[in-house]
Amino acid sequence: MDFTIDFTKEQIEAIENVLEEELIELGVQSVILMDLAGNVIVNLDSGDTSHDVFSLAALAAGNYGAVSAMANIIGEQEFSLLFHKGEEESIHFSKVVDDLLLLTIFNKNVSLGFLRLKVAEAVKRIQLLV
Amino acid sequence: MALINPKKREVQVKIVYYGPGRGGKTTNLEYINRKFKKRILSEMVTVKTYGDRTLFFDFLPFDMGEIKGHSIKIQLYTVPGQVKYNATRRLVLRGVDGVVFVADSMDLRREMNIRSLQNLKENLESFNKNILNVPIVMQYNKRDLSEEGIPILPIETMQKDLNHQLKAPYFPASAVSGENVTATMKKIIALTVSSLRKKLE
Repeated sequence: MDFTIDFTKEQIEAIENVLEEELIELGVQSVILMDLAGNVIVNLDSGDTSHDVFSLAALAAGNYGAVSAMANIIGEQEFSLLFHKGEEESIHFSKVVDDLLLLTIFNKNVSLGFLRLKVAEAVKRIQLLV
Repeated sequence: MALINPKKREVQVKIVYYGPGRGGKTTNLEYINRKFKKRILSEMVTVKTYGDRTLFFDFLPFDMGEIKGHSIKIQLYTVPGQVKYNATRRLVLRGVDGVVFVADSMDLRREMNIRSLQNLKENLESFNKNILNVPIVMQYNKRDLSEEGIPILPIETMQKDLNHQLKAPYFPASAVSGENVTATMKKIIALTVSSLRKKLE
């Protein structure tokens, strides 16, 4: 399968609102909604980061694909949630729909448990918009 | 299919350099990275194995200016060429808008080129894409080897082997010296972007 969802301006704005309310306000550094081809659909940040989001998205798409292949080997369809922990910053990946991933970059000031709750909330709301 | 963001009026175009292992795909991107350093805002990303072979992909993004009021972001990828990495190759091909097929001109690699092109065709089919409908440019790389006395395939033979049916634009090239590397890239960007034009109107 190979599809890219076409987004309208209104859809993008609605998604941005969700991400702003659920995640940016929580204090995450940066959030990226991307497709599995590595395209960045929406990117918001707290204003004090300058990550190279296009390279991040390209690698995240590859990473997600590789991990899905690992899942298949052990008999799972996929791992719908991934988390990479760093000393200062961490990355959380969550699948939104078939072709979309939500990437959240956050630091030590945000608790993982709370973040997961908020990501789940955001994913639910975005699913209704796409 | 390229991703169009109507809010930012931005188009992301994915171009993949495909071809047999050790054919010069990464060298193409490295040359472009050096030559266009000023227009490339971020570092080239490469995921390599021990021994400097591409394991996952190389990734090089740059801005190309505007078309019909949309800013165009070109994203160049390479795939790992080695046969055993097909799963990764397929991953990288996902959502591809244009392909540069980098063939190795060395006499010894004739069979590898043909097999790699067949592999490209099959992988595109797994995404319901027909190779005949995807913008593609052929690059016959390593022409410089003949100066060192290494036997290389005549262009006519390579055309017959690889481009008989596709009839794609082709360039004899040397990624090491940079000969026709830019020409190849410009051609694939032109082909890919013109296939998008209609969508932007």
